[in-house]
Amino acid sequence: MRNKVWLGTAVLVLVAAYAFYFANPNIAVSMFSNAWFLAVPLVLGAMVGVIGERSGVVNIGIEGQMLVGAFAGFFAAAATQSVVVGVVAGALSGIAMGAFLAFTTVKGQLDQIIAGVVINIVATGITSFYYESGKTIPRGLPNFDVPLLSKIPLIGPVFFSDGPIALFALVIALVLHFLLFKTRWGLRTRAVGEYPSAADTAGINVVALRLFNVTMAGTLAGLAGTYLSMEATSTFERGMSSGRGFLALAILIFGAWRPLRALAAALFFGFMSASASQLQASDVVNIPQQFINLLPYVLTLVVLAAAAGRVRAPGAVGQPFVKGD
Amino acid sequence: MADPDRPPAKDASPAPDAAPAPETAPPAVPVVAERGAPPPPTGVLGFLVRHQAIIVPLVAVVLAFAIGAILIRAQGFNPTYAYQLLFTHSFFTESGLLATLQKTTPLVLVGLAVAIPLKVGLFNIGGQGQLMAGGIGAAWVGYALRDLPAALLVVVAIAVAVLFGAMWASIAALLKTTRGVHEVISTIMLNSIAVGIIDWLINNGPLSDPAQPFPASHAVPEGARLTPLGVLPWGLPVALLLAVVVAWMLNRTTLGFELQTVGRNKFAAGYAGISATKTTLIAMAMSGALAGLAGAFELLQIEPYRYQNGIAGSLGFDGITIALLARGNPLGTIPAAVLVGAMRAGAPTLQFQVGIRPEVVDVLLAITLLMVSLPVIAKWIFRRHTVKQTQLAGSWGA
Repeated sequence: MRNKVWLGTAVLVLVAAYAFYFANPNIAVSMFSNAWFLAVPLVLGAMVGVIGERSGVVNIGIEGQMLVGAFAGFFAAAATQSVVVGVVAGALSGIAMGAFLAFTTVKGQLDQIIAGVVINIVATGITSFYYESGKTIPRGLPNFDVPLLSKIPLIGPVFFSDGPIALFALVIALVLHFLLFKTRWGLRTRAVGEYPSAADTAGINVVALRLFNVTMAGTLAGLAGTYLSMEATSTFERGMSSGRGFLALAILIFGAWRPLRALAAALFFGFMSASASQLQASDVVNIPQQFINLLPYVLTLVVLAAAAGRVRAPGAVGQPFVKGD
Repeated sequence: MADPDRPPAKDASPAPDAAPAPETAPPAVPVVAERGAPPPPTGVLGFLVRHQAIIVPLVAVVLAFAIGAILIRAQGFNPTYAYQLLFTHSFFTESGLLATLQKTTPLVLVGLAVAIPLKVGLFNIGGQGQLMAGGIGAAWVGYALRDLPAALLVVVAIAVAVLFGAMWASIAALLKTTRGVHEVISTIMLNSIAVGIIDWLINNGPLSDPAQPFPASHAVPEGARLTPLGVLPWGLPVALLLAVVVAWMLNRTTLGFELQTVGRNKFAAGYAGISATKTTLIAMAMSGALAGLAGAFELLQIEPYRYQNGIAGSLGFDGITIALLARGNPLGTIPAAVLVGAMRAGAPTLQFQVGIRPEVVDVLLAITLLMVSLPVIAKWIFRRHTVKQTQLAGSWGA
């Protein structure tokens, strides 16, 4: 029943989007492209949260992990003048940040929220201390057309003519959904996040699985940061993640801890921001720019207030697991 | 954890006959009675364990400065000289000491604004936004009611700032109590929202002073400016007094007892008839009021006595470091705030005289926060006698 509701909603949205497209193709493509452009880091961030929280670890530090990814990617690319090295460095720095969260909370039993806040503050401090102005990278990550798929009207130019990280974000949301609900790893991860002592009794190594998941999820946060500094723009600014890590958390909750719903939620956020900018640009209404920029944050509060009670977090999220406790 | 019947380990209790309760002094830290807690140790370790609320932060600060020294060395500077310069300037020059004390004032208050909710098991990341709300409130009233007598104007401006801060924090509290939105996310969002609204107010909104070359509010009239008495800013005694009052409130009043009980076990508190909703609202409102007051002092006692971008700095986030350094103890926020204030006040000197970026202080504070919150360090010193800290993440899904 619920699946039918979701399918129905998806079809309705698609029909509405195409109606818009046939009414005004140029504006529709530019608005939806802008929406996806804004949604990419949110999708990747939300996937970091999905993996972490499904395994029972809250990750408030996505923001900081992204910031470090943006920093490491950009400056590695600037130092070596190679975008490939930049992307690899961004992903590796994400792993390092993920490992930090994993080892302090899972092994060290540091409170997960404090650990995340520490990550954010440390990331801000380190990236502004080592920041150097005037560095440039040879070029941003290039956009390319996926054969065949990019020919589809509307969907093609929006989703399949972007840079590599945007495409990766789309793919990873689909892959993660499959992994989480159809594979052994997924079942184990969900078990560890719902009821770790039962999982432990069943012979799953709770600590090892949590360490692995939280560490590897860091890759996605690192790539989200790299997207910001190397694909969406080709520059690094201090504090450039500007709250996206927290928006990702809201999207994760709005998306009920499910990858595909989180993808939809991120698109919704992106679309709302894109429409506000569109309204502003077309002089339909005269809203101060500051209020347009505020929209995602206000939307987050509204969405969270609305989602409360309708969705349920994984059972053991936030609680450290002590074997035999 | 520890088994109830397990004999005390050798290193923990050198004198097994000292185990009966009357001989051992009660621990200075209120150890939550835990099933299977080992008997309090004696000797040097006993002394350390009893004072771990002080020792853990000290070790953390020392470790942070050691790591910071390595980073400063890696940048090609002499760390000893840098630290010496930093603290000499902050404590032993007149302008430096004034700057330190001016920073200490809001830092004590925002430290308290994080520490009080921690007692209830809430993590207030929104000190920054609440401080900004207070600051803009004071700026608004300070200019709008400029015809009032100066003394009255100061009082009214402070009252409005306190009210604005409390209201801004109450939004998060209401979202938590009515809709179950976690306060960490809501306060972070409210920080960003405060930044945006204030940016509009002082840029092209009603509070903007068009005569200024950059976005700023109108300055408060001269009579209402709290110019320092020598090196002593007006707000400092107020902040110190409030730290004492908060400590008294938490430890000696019914309200404080209720707050701490909810923080330790909200289900038990519920059975005892203490409303978690009420305590959440009260704790957040108090915390917002304190942060708002910090904003008022930032505005009324520091040049240019008007609201402009950046006057809040990162005070709200330093409040988190301070509260965790103080381990949630209201009186502990005072030394922690003095330390952070001195580092913030000395940072510009480091740049002028040595050429080290002032952001080194951000790094030092971040490492301090990391060190003080890592339980590994406390466990490494105190083993099983480590006092447990508040568990915050458990409330995530609720």
